[in-house]
Amino acid sequence: MSALFEFLLRQGDNTLVLGHRTSEWCGTAPALEEDIALANTALDLIGQTQLWLGYAAQVEDKGRSANDLAFLRDVYDFKNVLMLETPNHDFGRTIMRQFLFDAFQVHWLTALTDSKDSHISEIAIKSVKEAKYHLERSRDTVIALGDGTEKSNVIMQSALEYLWPYAREIMSDDAVDEEIASLEIAPLPSTIHESWLQIVEPTMRDACLKIPDSNFVHNGGKTGLRHTEHLGHMLATMQVLQRSYPGVTW
Amino acid sequence: MVAVTKLSTQEVWALLDKVPDPEIPVISVVDLGVIRDVQWNGNTLNVTITPTYSGCPAMSVIALDIKTELAKNGLENVHLKTQIAPAWTTDWLSAKGRAKLEEYGIAPPQVSGGPQRCPNCKSAHVKKISQFGSTPCKAQWQCVDCLEPFDYFKCI
Ligand SMILES: [Zn+2]
Repeated sequence: MSALFEFLLRQGDNTLVLGHRTSEWCGTAPALEEDIALANTALDLIGQTQLWLGYAAQVEDKGRSANDLAFLRDVYDFKNVLMLETPNHDFGRTIMRQFLFDAFQVHWLTALTDSKDSHISEIAIKSVKEAKYHLERSRDTVIALGDGTEKSNVIMQSALEYLWPYAREIMSDDAVDEEIASLEIAPLPSTIHESWLQIVEPTMRDACLKIPDSNFVHNGGKTGLRHTEHLGHMLATMQVLQRSYPGVTW
Repeated sequence: MVAVTKLSTQEVWALLDKVPDPEIPVISVVDLGVIRDVQWNGNTLNVTITPTYSGCPAMSVIALDIKTELAKNGLENVHLKTQIAPAWTTDWLSAKGRAKLEEYGIAPPQVSGGPQRCPNCKSAHVKKISQFGSTPCKAQWQCVDCLEPFDYFKCI
């Protein structure tokens, strides 16, 4: 598997898995405005997935399409970070997960707009516009709920504590990242950490939330080595149609 | 050999200007700025379109509506090409499109990031309800004076 293909799968699987998770809220969000916002965010993420996995399929050049990559791969072929496959649990955790991802994604996609690979830079220019207003909403909502009632503060604090050990996997480097960086296709993900913190820390302060002390990071999603048990359940739902009726179209 | 009467690209643009945006039917796909190029390549008409939002579900409907409108006018050999760069921006909305949006009750996009005025009573006294609205391209705002809730076409 080429480093470029692997890199593209990581980008596309992140947006696919978070997009699918977010779409699970459709019709059941706590308020109409939030229902619409979640559905639209999911839609943007799935749209970005089509671009990333479409390019991945083209780079792989084995006759697979973006749809094949999304619906016909199994758990250990997925390269999304673990945080994005964690269950929604409640609205607080969903929005905290979105914020921790958006704060990375805005800086990351901005960096990718300078990629030596012109197709990646085009996808990044398109996607970063969407990531910016996702961040605007997720940051405002995290602050509103953290600095809301006593109960909403407790929920947001527990969401932050649950997600914190997962949040920085996306900024850990491995051999694929090194190779991609040496080709000037993308910077090392770890170089985003500082600017990520510059969004996360003030937001948590405004939200009256305390960032956990721990530096422990759960790894294994982006390499595909060790996914959580949740991804298999999610894929069972997401892929059911293609698994039950292979090749079905409408 | 059947002689093909070729419409000029200008005539094709005029036809496309009759294809409504499926989600905001008062403006055309040309007003929306998604049609980037119209070119003849031999007897094939190449039409280049750029998606508004990457996941916009209206894009496949737009593609179908374009093919249908052109087919009605005898243009069967049409190739639709999707192009993502340069990325679509609300700057590409036509002046005609912006005026029609406001008339329809949707505040047109502004560089400032929020609507200039209420499309109903024209008051500048407006507030944001939600970053997201009825379609990916819109946000929900409300007029503080006449209390009318309205859609604002987001600026991207
Ligand atoms: Zn008004």
